[in-house]
Amino acid sequence: MTGPGATEPQDMRDMFRSMLLIRCFEEKASEEYMAGRIGGFLHLAIGEEAAVVGTVSAMRADDPLTSTYREHGQALARGTDPRSVMAELLGRSTGLCGGRGGSMHLMDKARSFYGGYGIVGGSVPLGLGLAYAIRYRGGDQVSVTMFGDGATNQGVVAECFNMAGLWDLPIVFLILNNQYGMGTSLEHASAEEDLYPRAEAYGIPAWKVDGMDVMAVRGAVAEATRMAREERSPVCVELLAYRYRGHSMSDPDTVRDAEEKERWRLRDPLITFERVLLGEAVMTADDISAMRAEVEEQVEDAATFAEQSPEVPVGELADDVYANPFNDDARGGALMR
Amino acid sequence: MSTDTAKPVAYRDALNQALREELARDPDVFLLGEDIAGFDGAFKVTRGLLQEFGPQRVVDTPITEAGFTGLAIGAAMAGLRPVVEIMTVNFAILAMDQIVNNAAKIHYMFGGQVSVPIVIRMPGGGGHQLSSQHSQTLDAWFAHVPGLKVVCPSTPEDAKGLLKTAIRDDDPVIFIENEGLYGKKGPVGGPDDLIPFGQAVVRRAGTHCTVIAHSRMVWVALQAAEELAAQGVEVEVIDPRTFRPLDLDTLAGSVRRTGHAVIVDEGWPEYGISAGLATHLYEACFDWIDAPIGRVNCADVPMPYAKNLEQAALPQPADVVAAVLANIGRGIA
Repeated sequence: MTGPGATEPQDMRDMFRSMLLIRCFEEKASEEYMAGRIGGFLHLAIGEEAAVVGTVSAMRADDPLTSTYREHGQALARGTDPRSVMAELLGRSTGLCGGRGGSMHLMDKARSFYGGYGIVGGSVPLGLGLAYAIRYRGGDQVSVTMFGDGATNQGVVAECFNMAGLWDLPIVFLILNNQYGMGTSLEHASAEEDLYPRAEAYGIPAWKVDGMDVMAVRGAVAEATRMAREERSPVCVELLAYRYRGHSMSDPDTVRDAEEKERWRLRDPLITFERVLLGEAVMTADDISAMRAEVEEQVEDAATFAEQSPEVPVGELADDVYANPFNDDARGGALMR
Repeated sequence: MSTDTAKPVAYRDALNQALREELARDPDVFLLGEDIAGFDGAFKVTRGLLQEFGPQRVVDTPITEAGFTGLAIGAAMAGLRPVVEIMTVNFAILAMDQIVNNAAKIHYMFGGQVSVPIVIRMPGGGGHQLSSQHSQTLDAWFAHVPGLKVVCPSTPEDAKGLLKTAIRDDDPVIFIENEGLYGKKGPVGGPDDLIPFGQAVVRRAGTHCTVIAHSRMVWVALQAAEELAAQGVEVEVIDPRTFRPLDLDTLAGSVRRTGHAVIVDEGWPEYGISAGLATHLYEACFDWIDAPIGRVNCADVPMPYAKNLEQAALPQPADVVAAVLANIGRGIA
């Protein structure tokens, strides 16, 4: 993807392909989980593709990105090989993080994706620190940190708004408001249902956009990163979105209202964007079918690759606990060897 | 930046020298914490550094421990070398999510893609009538966690040499000072004198019993050693200096020679540093020891304010003397 600025037809095709890849990849991941090949938690972002792809498409490739544990899409949108993402989900030696992180902890430093984190709100100060490092070195990148509506109630997020506003750090806080913190709705968790004004309280320009509309997200994030880059100002954008699956694969999603789910289904970001592409003659129906088939093949290949990849050797259990290790014996504890 | 190694330097000034030298050596090193710039730090460790290195390198933060600790971790992921001052270890509890869930995990969890070269400095310890919330010794909390390195200097020389090593290390280092040591004077090394992690040091040689102590407790143990020497008991006082990594060989070698061990630890007795060390020593020295390993700890209570109660709660030289005499079967003379 080419980054912010005027959106060319090729950008739109790339964005659609990225959204298709995420959708298709996650549906496959769901199958792999049901087949017992993926363990732990698997949080799917199905329904949130516009928020993810719109954001990443508006970023420069060297702008650091941090995320929550619902981050397969961020890695894929950034260009990480689906093979290494799926292999990580299956806990294989070919995985992106060598089978140490799993679904919740993907990172691709080579693509400036600084990771998915499992503690709600806990990754936001890391994104702020990446912004701090940019300013320290006089760089012109912008740190983008994505977190959910649930995280906005964590104290550390307020701490980050304050420091970002105080020090004018080049950061975009992206609140991906999917309206539920696990199973608890926003109205049951937040005294005010608009979340972006919390950033405004710290002098940070902030606004809300439709997170189901990939072009709207791209436009908002392009403007936000432009402000952060050129005006040296932190910015906050709230993306109102919806996830079509439960919190994770272990959530049967019985709490949310069926009518509500159906209403949001009608706004499926892939379907609405497909209409735009056809309407503006960016793609033909045949183009889309061909792209879909190609993506499906790519995802099947990723799954096959992951399933056929070797397990992680147990002898590597204690590798990488430290960058400067003092002990390579997994049972040795803190002892110097 | 001249360093006269012959002149005694206070522990706080030894730390100051280490920070000054490393700030001058490496432009990626910067300091942040509450009141460290304009106010020179709550314990004056950062005195003069703002004037010398400017507000870009010596940064006052809001009172926001989780936030600025996490910010520093993120900056370290980008390759900077932040040295965070948390005013006391008690406030680090607010930053524990960042320290334990992020700093300690990031290198491992992401398959070694990024390291976190951060130092988190903070004093622990009691003895100043600051009551329960300002007097804790939580070394064990950090030493429990794989992915962290834990350093507890007891002398000005160690404070300087270990801090320099910590700043140059690529892993998160928890550097625990002691409020009762900042004024302690002693010799220090020069700009190139680094003290490696994982090397215990014998503070006093002896043959009858090994006494293991760290941080301020080293000085309590040495005072007890003087009193014991007057009774004809020669103890060997060993300071582990770092708990991750731990130099068990030096500790166990001494215990095998003396056949006796007493551990002095300002932390609580339950599941802490003394308990962990005792386990290691039982495993390494079971056939050599002549008595159960003795332990002298802070009383198992939140720290009280009243001076007499606080002194009763903290390990005193007399407690160490009694523990050693009991351990070697001499009783109290």
